[in-house]
Amino acid sequence: MEDTHYVVLKKENFDQFISLLAQKQKLVAPVPKGFKSFAFEPVDSASQVALKYIPTVLPLKKYFMPQRETLLEYTAGKGVKAEAVVEYESLTIFGAHTCDLAGIQCLNMVFSERPKDYNYLTRKNKITIIGLECNEYCDEYASCNLVDASFPGGGYDLFLTDLGDYFIVHVNTRAGDEIVASTRSFDKTELSQLDELRKLRDAKRKIFVNEVPIETKHIPELFDRSFRARVWKDLEARCLACGNCTNVCPTCYCFDVRDELDLTLKNGIRYRVWDSCQLEPFAKVAGGFNFRKERSVRQRHRYYRKFRYPVERFARYFCTGCGRCTRTCMADINLKETLNELLKESEDRVWKRWL
Amino acid sequence: MEKMVIKDSSYKLEKAKILRTKQLTDKEKFFEIALGNGQPLDHEPGQFIMISLLGIGEVPISVASSPAGRDSFDICVRAVGKVTNALHKLKAGDEIGIRGPYGKGFPIRVLQGNDLLIIAGGLGLAPLRSLIHFVLDNRRDFGKVHILLGCKQPGELLFGDELEDWNKRTDLYYACTVDRADPDWAGNVGLITTLIPGVDIEPARTFAAVVGPPVMYNFVIKELLSKGIPERQILLSFERNMKCGNGKCGRCQIQNLYCCQDGPVFNYEKIKNLSEAM
Repeated sequence: MEDTHYVVLKKENFDQFISLLAQKQKLVAPVPKGFKSFAFEPVDSASQVALKYIPTVLPLKKYFMPQRETLLEYTAGKGVKAEAVVEYESLTIFGAHTCDLAGIQCLNMVFSERPKDYNYLTRKNKITIIGLECNEYCDEYASCNLVDASFPGGGYDLFLTDLGDYFIVHVNTRAGDEIVASTRSFDKTELSQLDELRKLRDAKRKIFVNEVPIETKHIPELFDRSFRARVWKDLEARCLACGNCTNVCPTCYCFDVRDELDLTLKNGIRYRVWDSCQLEPFAKVAGGFNFRKERSVRQRHRYYRKFRYPVERFARYFCTGCGRCTRTCMADINLKETLNELLKESEDRVWKRWL
Repeated sequence: MEKMVIKDSSYKLEKAKILRTKQLTDKEKFFEIALGNGQPLDHEPGQFIMISLLGIGEVPISVASSPAGRDSFDICVRAVGKVTNALHKLKAGDEIGIRGPYGKGFPIRVLQGNDLLIIAGGLGLAPLRSLIHFVLDNRRDFGKVHILLGCKQPGELLFGDELEDWNKRTDLYYACTVDRADPDWAGNVGLITTLIPGVDIEPARTFAAVVGPPVMYNFVIKELLSKGIPERQILLSFERNMKCGNGKCGRCQIQNLYCCQDGPVFNYEKIKNLSEAM
């Protein structure tokens, strides 16, 4: 830890800091939305911001990959008169937890893989990210330690850790430096404050342990053994195929592309909109054949897209342990429970082979 | 929210003009198309393009002509959905939008110098026609060439004139079968798998290229394996729903592979253990 990369934001300067950020450009932060619910929304003062919050209903992907986004604008009729467009917005995000930072890192990898998606990348470059550390678990649904997302691992410009009377702030980028310089809300760190941060992280290592009894690096092997597990059949009976789990997932990015004409039928747009592999027609082809007809197969696909397939392509898990899929599921399908059952079934099979 | 035009968007369209159309069957129509910028499409046999009708939508369609045709390319479209039905209404001179070509086609550099067993079921002939024309254009570069064709009934046979020509040629072996004959049909009757045992091939130097409806693959592959063709020399092209062509939208995913980028042509060895493939 080089102390030059850390500054201190005293709590008494927090109001001023948030107000100054909001004056610079649109600022969004977690705000309370009723019983155990939070959402990232525009704010202009610190009083609106929830510093202690459980993961918001929708993750930060709504800013990076809006639910609905125009790709083409055109004039209908004879001839092809179309222009490719990108919609973007200069934005500062305040208060992103490490799970959500990990989610954005995943999306960044997907959309920068060739062929690159310049709609996403253009928008991403207009967004400043300020992270906020979780000193303890948000609730029992989180499994962030399992996927290495419980400690900061980059993906932010500034990262705040609440240490009582002050935040210690990691400055990670030049954009972060500029915020520190322009808002003038920060003080130099003292060695004792860096010590406090070290103590907090040590304490966190005792609190945050793998939420499912498996070593992180062994998850792909578990999934290699589990493609034909009974667990998927159990999910078949429970899943309602509503697509809530994928909508709220910070790393689910599947989409549909649709055309829409305006009321004059003269001008139209082509737009993309979030879609879900959990919905029945998702993998259906024109002739009517459905390549993922059963809910069990679709649920399995979702889990493999989090824990197995991206390991080969991007060398990381696409589950960030945020727990949103579990919190939102109307059928109480619980990610930690599914992983536990897969583990149990896998172990049972090993024992049976020995006996 | 601000908006600007971007030139490097993956969704940007090339203008293209329909030069010629021909109704091939009740459901299938042929289109010859030229890019508006005068450039060749520069595709490989087995690749596909995204065809756009503004205000209606976009669909992935295989290219059905040889890359040797530099001024235009062909597609063969079955009217099954919103976009393809609208496409059928278009005539010569009409303009459409194009993106692509996308995906990995048949590995023609690997195929050269080997024998070919080309197996087309129904509309699977469209992408294979691209390979067949390429092979015929460069006939000297290949060994023995077999073409096996199957479809439900005689009225569904595509490219009739060309089939007659293939049948007459002495430099290729051609056979065709229908599932159900009609009174005028004098040819083979039966599933396409019935044609495979009769072909005379040297399995070690034969590459099979198979395209057809999803139901066809398992049966055909079984026959090819029993002929002794090595798994890695069986090439399959898959049909999937696709929205982007860029390996992002997720619809064409076969476990860890994206049909639009990693395929649509795969060798059997690579995908045989993927339960979602066939």
